[in-house]
Parts: sequence; C-alpha cells; structure tokens
Amino acid sequence: MDMPVRGETRARFAITVNGERREVDVDLRTTLLDLLREHLGLFGTKKGCDHGQCGACTVLVGGKRINSCLSLAVMHEGDEVTTIEGVGQVGNLHPLQVAFLDRDAFQCGYCTPGQICSTLGMLEEVRRGEPSQATLDLAAAVIGLSDEEIRERMSGNICRCSAYPQILEAIRDIAGPVA
Amino acid sequence: MSSIADYALPNPVNQNRAGNIGRAVDRYEGPLKVTGTAPYAYEVATPSPPAYGVLVGAEIGFGDVTAVDDVAARAAPGVILVWHPLNPPPNQGEKGAKTYVQSQAAADPVFATPKVAYFGQPVALVVADTLENATAAAQLVRISYKEGDAEYEFDALKAEPARGDQESRIGDFEAAFEAAPVKVDELWTTPIQNHCQMEPCATTAWWEDDTVVVHASIQMIKQPQHLLAETLQIDRGKVHLLSRYIGGGFGGKGSVYEDFALAALAARDLQRPVKIALTRQQMFNATVHRPATVQRVRLGATPDGRLTALALEAATHCNRGEPFIERAATFARALYAAPHRLTGHRLHLLDIAVASAMRAPGEAVGMLSLEGAMDELAEKLGLDPIELRIRNEPDKHPETGQAFSVRQLIECMQDGAARFGWDKRNPKPGQTRDGRWMVGVGMATAIRGNFLLPAKASLRAEADGTIRLRQGMTDIGTGSYTILAQIAAETMGVPLEKVIVEIGDSGFAPAPGSGGQFGAASAGSGALAGGMALRAKLAEMAVNDPGSPLYGSAKEAVDFRDGLIAVENRSETIGALVARLAPQGIEAEGASAPAPDARDISSHSYGAHFAEVGVDTVTGEVRLRRMLGAFACGRILNAKTAKSQITGGMIWGVGTALTETNRIDERYGSLMNQDLGNYLAPVHADIANLDAYFLPEVDDKANPLGIKGVGEAGICGAGAALANAIYNAIGVRVRDYPFTPDRVLAAMGAL
Repeated sequence: MDMPVRGETRARFAITVNGERREVDVDLRTTLLDLLREHLGLFGTKKGCDHGQCGACTVLVGGKRINSCLSLAVMHEGDEVTTIEGVGQVGNLHPLQVAFLDRDAFQCGYCTPGQICSTLGMLEEVRRGEPSQATLDLAAAVIGLSDEEIRERMSGNICRCSAYPQILEAIRDIAGPVA
Repeated sequence: MSSIADYALPNPVNQNRAGNIGRAVDRYEGPLKVTGTAPYAYEVATPSPPAYGVLVGAEIGFGDVTAVDDVAARAAPGVILVWHPLNPPPNQGEKGAKTYVQSQAAADPVFATPKVAYFGQPVALVVADTLENATAAAQLVRISYKEGDAEYEFDALKAEPARGDQESRIGDFEAAFEAAPVKVDELWTTPIQNHCQMEPCATTAWWEDDTVVVHASIQMIKQPQHLLAETLQIDRGKVHLLSRYIGGGFGGKGSVYEDFALAALAARDLQRPVKIALTRQQMFNATVHRPATVQRVRLGATPDGRLTALALEAATHCNRGEPFIERAATFARALYAAPHRLTGHRLHLLDIAVASAMRAPGEAVGMLSLEGAMDELAEKLGLDPIELRIRNEPDKHPETGQAFSVRQLIECMQDGAARFGWDKRNPKPGQTRDGRWMVGVGMATAIRGNFLLPAKASLRAEADGTIRLRQGMTDIGTGSYTILAQIAAETMGVPLEKVIVEIGDSGFAPAPGSGGQFGAASAGSGALAGGMALRAKLAEMAVNDPGSPLYGSAKEAVDFRDGLIAVENRSETIGALVARLAPQGIEAEGASAPAPDARDISSHSYGAHFAEVGVDTVTGEVRLRRMLGAFACGRILNAKTAKSQITGGMIWGVGTALTETNRIDERYGSLMNQDLGNYLAPVHADIANLDAYFLPEVDDKANPLGIKGVGEAGICGAGAALANAIYNAIGVRVRDYPFTPDRVLAAMGAL
C-alpha cells in the first residue's frame, strides 16, 4: 500500500505543558505521547502498549485524565497538559508521590507515572460526581470513595508487578477515609 | 566460604547492630520512579539525536523468506536503512561462533538466514529519522515466503522424553499406586501465559570510537555483553552494556531479542545513535512465553492419609530450535513424603514462538495440579487439607535424602490458617450462599527452590565518607537497589544515606542479575563480601598510619559503626581516614560463591495461601473475596519490598486462576492474544483484600545473609488455593486453568 500524501504533513502550534508554553512543529501522525517523550524529552509519561489498554501513558489535559497514546498531538493546540514531571519533582514531591513511596505502591516503576496522574484525574471525577460501574446510587449528590470505587476507577492502569493493594493504600492516604 | 557452617559465623548482616537489615526502607530509586525521571532503556539521553528502528515480523509460522521488496520502504520519507535476510547487517559473527573461548555466550547474528521458525519472528528492520517515518515505512516492506510443513498444535500424547531431563523414580510407583486403598488420578491443564512486563523490550545504542554503548531492558548483564561482543566481532571490553532501570522482567527479559543486536549494528552502520523498541503486539509473539502444560497427577494413600504413591508427569512444548523444558514436576520431589514416586517431563517440539522462563518456572504451573490433587485426596479421606499435608511432611528431602536447611511449611499452614479463620470453612462444598454468589474457601502450599550463585561486588569509600557500591546486578522492580544499600550500610557501619548504589553496568563487578529468585541472595552475599574486603583495607590503612587514632592497634580489633572506624573508644570517621590517605577514594572487591557442601542441603522458600472466592451462579464469574499468604523465606532484608514481591506473586496466581491465557491459532501458529485487551492480566478491580506476611526465620544454611528468595515464592501454589476455593464454593472440580465463566458455568451444569 502506498501512503497517500496530500497537503500538509506537519503542523506548528502552541501547547502548554506543565505550565510552560511550548511551540512545537510535529508530524501530523505524532501522538501526544510521542510529542511529550521524543520531542519535549518528557520521558516520565510511559509507553506500555500504545493502544490505550494499559494506562501507562496517562496524563492530565485540562485537568482530565486521558491516554496520551490515543490522542494525536495536533489535537491539543492550546491545551494545558500536566505530566508526571509537572506533578512533583525530586525534593518537591506531591503528597501522592510521597504516599506511593511510603506504601511501596510500585516496583518496576514503569506504570507509576500513569497511576499517579490517573489517580489525580480520578479524584477530580469523583468530586465532580461522575459515577462509575461501582457507584451504587447514581442519584447521590456526593459519591463516597469506597475501596470498590477506587479499584474500579483505577482499572485502566495495569500494574504487572501487581502493587494494587499498596496503590489503594497510597490513594487512601491522600483521599482520606471512605466518605 | 569453605563450608555452609561458615554462613552462620557472625557477620555484619546477621549481627545487624544498626538495624538496617529488615527495616521497611523506602525504595532507593523510588523518588526517581514516582517523578518519572528514572531513564529506562528507550529514554536515555543520547549524545546526538537518535534514529528510530522498527521491526517487521514474519507473517507465516514456518518456512523461508524467499524475496523482499524493500523499494517502497527505502523510498519512503526519512528512511535511512532497511535490513532483512536478503540484505543482512554486515560484519556479524557466525551463529554459535565464539572468538573468545571464555565467552559465556556465542554469536547470534540477526537476519543471518532466511528461515522463519515462528510467527512474528522479526524478519526486517527499518530505520528512519523519526518514529513515525520508521513505523510507516515498516508497513511498506513486502516479504514473500515459502511455507514449510509445520506443527503448531500442542498434543501431550505427542510429547517425548526431553533431552537433558531425567525422569525420577523412587520405589515401585505403579505397584504401590495399584495397591493404594485411596486414589486420585486426574489430568490438569495450564495454558500459555505471557509476561506482559509494562515496559516493552527496548535498546538504545551508540558508538564512542570503537566502543559500543548499549542501554537495554534486560535482567542479566554478563551473558548479553558477551553475546553482543561475539555478534559484533569485537572485544567484549568494547561492549559497555547498561540496564539501570527495567520496567519489569519476570523471566522474559532473561533473553535478548532482535532489538538488542540490531540497535548496535545499525548504530555502527549509520554512525549515529539508534533506538528500537518492540511494540506491545510484538512482545507476545516475538519474545518468550510460559508454555502450556498437561499434567497427570496420581496420588495413592492409606485410609489414615499417608501417601504411599505420588506421581506428577507433565507434558509441555517449546520451539523446535530453542529447547526449553517447563519443569512442572521437579518441585514435587521435595514437597511431600511418599515411598513410591514418579516425576518427569515430556516435551512436544513445535513451530511456534519460543518458550522460556516466566516467574517461578516449574513450580508456578506444577503446583496448580498437585495442590489441587491434594485437596481432592483430603476430601476423599475426610481429612482437613492442612492435616493431610502435615501427615505427609518429610523430615528430609524425600528423594535425595538431603537435609532441609530451614523448613517451616507446617508453621506457615497453621499460623496462616489461624489468621485467616480457616476453622470457619465448611468442608462440605456447595453450602455457602451469598445472594447469587456461592462462596468457598481453599488453601494450598507454596514451595520454591532457593539458590545462591557466584557474585562479586566492589565497594568504595570516598573522602566525604560516602560508600559507593558498584555491581553488575539489575533491579527489575525487585528492590535490588534498596537491599544492596541496606547491606552496604550495615556492613560498613554507616547511615543508609551515606550509601550510593550503582548497578546495571557491565563495567562493574559481575553478579548474576535477576532471575530464579536468586538475585538478593547472590548479589547481596557478593555485596557483603565486597564490604568485608573494604573493611579489611581500611583497617589495614588505619592501624599502620601514625596519623590515625587507631595507629598500632591489631587490625582484627577494628570495628565499623556510626560512620566511624574504631578500636574501643579510639576512632575517626571513615571519611577522615580516606581523605588523609587516599583522597581519590579507596576501593575493594569481594566475591561470594556457594560453599562446596551446599549441595548437601535442600533449601527452599515456603508458604501457605488461603483464598475465599465468590462464584456468580448466573454468569459463572469467579471473584476473589480475600486472600492471605503466610511465608517463611529466611531473614527478610526489607519488610516493605519483600512483602511487595510476595503479594505481587500472589496476584499473578490470581491471574493464573481466573483470567490469564493464550492460545495458538492453529492455522498460522500465532498467539491469539496479542495485546493487553485480550490477554487479561489482573487489574485493580480484580484484587480485593489481599495480604501476606512473613514468619520470623533465619536460614543460616542458605547463604551468609540467612535469607531466601521472595521474588517467586508468592506465585507458587497461589492459583491452586483459588482452584480449591472454587471447588469448595460449587462442589465441582474444574481442572483446566484459567477458571473462566464458560468453564465454571459448564462445570456447574448451567451450560
């Protein structure tokens, strides 16, 4: 199959990453994930499957979590993206990062940035009252963050080292007890 | 050490005066991992912009590449190199060749023959200026094949005795089984499983003059370094191999794949850095997997529950050209007493992807059958499953007669049972309902061999008092960095914060790497030896230096504590001594190896699993409700990382029991599940209320640290505990793993 090439194959646009405005010039085929990793050098966002099945590439766009591998970079002109590098840094850790360390909520560490970004997005979804498969009362004004809610909402982030019990503990550390 | 008796002699680790050993210390490299700043192999900074390689996999299962049309690919934007069997990389060593007799691996040239040995085998490499260009061009490579007569379907009846594997017979199994008043004789099956490390295999390589710098995601350093040197036909000292951060291994990165040599070859050809990662789909067919097994278990017992005959025979498969035996029966030789015994393996050579080690090879699948069969036997005998096992506890290795080092299997079962509330289990199956759920409880034991391999380590004292440990060890998520720091701190008598650990580098003292849960014992013993060597050097320096308060003392009297080098109440800091006498730092290397009489001892990690499951009577879905593991694995170096290892293994057991499976598409010889949406590793929602703990133990016959492996013990038997719980829930035994809804519904007669 020949690749039809019509018109523009690249795009220049601005995107804000971790609070910093970046002018980028990318191939239209470049995913947001590859923009972050290969163009901006932000390798904290991981490529586990490149197909939206593992969650390792989770970042926050406008505060909402997405799989950056399933999104073309060019779709994010003007967007505000937060990656793990923007969540906290060595010496200036986010409380969730501290909790992950304290609870040993990771082993190989490859899914960890995605787990952390996903948690931050997930907690916002709960605050906004967005129900999940595990939500028992869809009409409730406030969704209680039960263990089942956390597990269900974090199931898009695979941890093959299987630190799931510790990840739950770490999330609980910053989310507080069941509402 | 000249004898295992020496293992128990006082040393800094087993004395643990500062208490660094066993502490729940946070992961050494943890801050880098939680901030996303630990560079994995594809992410290391290159000296100039890298080119991107993409692999193309064979579209047939077996045969020959007859023609390659790479014209379109070569003409595609940004493409700078295309290699395949008809245009292979130049200047590679011949397959199997060794220029250096001492090499631990031979040359393994890439694309050296047109043979396709399995579906998805890499048969072309496209390198381009960007990942997008390389990915697009890879789809333009047109490959023609001649298909050969292939065998894709695993058939246990076609399996034959495996070369290099000896069946073990003790007594007269057949006669004893025939005569046994109570018998169990059943077939169990386990499927192909995939490692699914979150980080796909990847290599980044570049050349600095005549030295190739290679960052790869691999579990071992030395053999791949030698393999690459032989393949590239260069001196092994010219291969600088690094593997500092590894996104999971589980055995699957104990081998190297085409990305490894190709990145180095392409970087040599192009004179620029090249990086290559496998896609998630390629991880399934183009790396390795745990092969399927068919296991026949036969148990014969007296009415009071003494085993008289025990047999576990396993049939498995591997690729025709890459012999591998999943030794599913071996563990059964050490687990239960019985006078008449038979264990062995048979192998079916196929033309499918390569089988190799995956977390606890052997035990991980073998225990799935034997521990289920013990549950069946207990019910037939009207005995509690724990009591049956206690009645068959051997006092020495049942086949070799070796003494056990430390074996707390009974203690694991009894203590775990008490904590879990095993006494509340209704031994009569199918009795407990919870709405539409049937609820059951089951247990199984865990046993996993414990090993010690030779290892070296160098420790260096810096003028600021820092202790720097360097070792060709790896950390695949196991906690190597952390436990090595703890061992170095305790050995040198310095605070943990004063220790720097550098591993995953072929330039450092060699260690065996990560695998077979031998890493901590082997590398850790090497680190202890390195520390003792450094202590000896520092002591020698101090007692001979008129400027030292220790001057004139006997060097045997020198102690290391609180960052000080001391004799009684005279002391100075290590930093002061080094700054005065060796401002560039002072380094010493130590080596550890198993004592010659270690072969007289049988050493294992032990445990017991307890699981409660619910079985949905409408859908057949099985859900884990709670699970507890009690383990005895010698001294625990780090309470936090060790527990993570064990619970991680247990969760692999949950996946084994409930969801994880792959199958061969018998039309093409390909693996059917080629991504994480179809190969179902456990996710958060699958794991509820799972916990584990360690019984106090020191195994001073295992190694100088008194520790045993924790990396693989957790998976052993875990799936069987769920199998037995499912039986207890529904009253029907399912013997084909995993217990998916279709199988469970069929067993319940609902299909």
